[in-house]
Amino acid sequence: MSVQDFALAAEVAARRRWSATAALLALVVLLLVISLGVGPVRLSPLAVIEALFGGGSDVAQVIVREIRLPRTILAFAIGGILGLSGAALQGLLRNPLASPSLFGAPQSAAFGAVLVIALGLADVRSYALPVAAIIAAFGSVFALLAIAGRNAGLLILILAGLAISSFAGAATALVMNLSSNPFVVLEIAFWLLGSLEDRSFQHVALALPFIVAGAAILLSQASAFRALTLGEEAAQSLGVDVGRLRLFVITGVALGVGGAVAVTGSIGFIGLVAPHLMRPLIGHDPARLLVPSAFTGSALLLAADIAVRIIPSTSDIKVGVLTSIIGVPFFLYLIMRERRALGGGVA
Amino acid sequence: MTLLTASGLHASLGHREVLHDISLSLASGHLVALVGPNGAGKTTLLRALAGLIPSDGEIRIGGDALGSLPLRERAKRFAYLPQGHMVHWPLPARDIVALGRYPHGATDPARLSPRDVEAVLRAMQAVDVVEFGDRRVTELSGGERSRVALARVLAVEAPVILADEPTASLDPRHQIDVMQKLRSVADTGVLVLVVTHDLGLAARFADHVLVLSDGRLAAQGAPAEALSEAVLASVFRVSAYRAEFRREAVIVPWAGL
Repeated sequence: MSVQDFALAAEVAARRRWSATAALLALVVLLLVISLGVGPVRLSPLAVIEALFGGGSDVAQVIVREIRLPRTILAFAIGGILGLSGAALQGLLRNPLASPSLFGAPQSAAFGAVLVIALGLADVRSYALPVAAIIAAFGSVFALLAIAGRNAGLLILILAGLAISSFAGAATALVMNLSSNPFVVLEIAFWLLGSLEDRSFQHVALALPFIVAGAAILLSQASAFRALTLGEEAAQSLGVDVGRLRLFVITGVALGVGGAVAVTGSIGFIGLVAPHLMRPLIGHDPARLLVPSAFTGSALLLAADIAVRIIPSTSDIKVGVLTSIIGVPFFLYLIMRERRALGGGVA
Repeated sequence: MTLLTASGLHASLGHREVLHDISLSLASGHLVALVGPNGAGKTTLLRALAGLIPSDGEIRIGGDALGSLPLRERAKRFAYLPQGHMVHWPLPARDIVALGRYPHGATDPARLSPRDVEAVLRAMQAVDVVEFGDRRVTELSGGERSRVALARVLAVEAPVILADEPTASLDPRHQIDVMQKLRSVADTGVLVLVVTHDLGLAARFADHVLVLSDGRLAAQGAPAEALSEAVLASVFRVSAYRAEFRREAVIVPWAGL
């Protein structure tokens, strides 16, 4: 093998990855347009694009630009950050079953937000909500990694995640339990199911800065995930500051998931599923999986949010319910595939 | 020429002090074997020397205090091969070897500079793994995987290689291959420090042997003196068969004492 062969092999692999990513991007754009067109008033893709850029009827413009655009932007951004967080956690822990929702991050973020709502500390549209959610999410991921230690096996991570998400769930229930106002309780209960309905640009402004900051932090660590393929010690010997990396990942995930949960409630399993869908196409390099996993997360949440508007039902199906209904069987499938590692992964 | 020195080195794991007052001085171009019973602190010493764990005392590499070097600079001077050749994702062998160029700023195996590509190819040729560059490391046999791991370490092109039991779980043929390879790397002027349980390999291939016992250096020197009958009896509590074969030293641990 010569230097030329080497470059050629790298180029072939790169071209394959690029075409997969381009196809994915086209799918996301398609879903964006569909998402803007679906609802009580159905609009054709052409009408959507026309309305989006200031053409068409006034009614169509209001529907697309003011009612559906914030919802679509949120679905894109939140799906993206969930997919990215999942890929980053899997990279950090070198573990295909890592994801924010299995580690109790959204549940904890929801607890933080619920606490703020129930105590009447802040309006539902104030920045106190995402900040509380981010702090709680940070605490949960930090606790998980502290419990798990440096070279935790699958079993310890899953058990610690289960404990943390149960705790967050119980704490949330306690807050609702103690709340004297039944309307607040009902509001919280629906909000916990996770939904993108009736979201405005205020919500976008509330969540987007945190999501963008979280994404930037996670993406900046890409190459360190690749070095971690060799384990923490070897990565450290290659010049990766593993302690700092962990802190960055916790912060990035907390910012993204906390910001997302604050405006939509909890939407699970996208972070778990997205990287797995990409591995057959992109390969297993954890650094290269980040961006495609983010787009896959966007596509998944957009598709789920379109589905809840299309599926005929007497009351609205919440998108968080749908992602979990689809996500949990996928999780079970992954457990089955990882059975061997789980059996021997106690240490 | 002295390359790596430690003086008054102490290191702890948790609350237990594992290394007590270690002082050593190692020269470039030497293959140094680090031997000792289980739990003597061999791996801890290796990690402390590479700056992977905190330690008290002074470590100097090429005249610089280790503590004063930034992480990236340390990474260029020490190539570290951990035990077990762990690879967590099924990446192509070539990408794994390319990670050896990480300290030099080449963090993406798809975008290596020509210099980095040459270093990677040299390393892969040196241990004969060029042919399975495209195969996933997880699909390779144990012997093949250990060679890929070794190639990754060689690709750093560092002045010091620290290898933790590179021959463990390899068949005799691969054990000899790996040691011969490390020997020839040392002959190019690199300081190679190898942790091993195999006293025979240590006696045959090393220029210098460090014997660690309960976190202290019990003996050091040329293999014949560091692995003397008295040391084997007091540190390892074994007797050994000793001979010479084709002008190389043979030590075979024989019976417990």
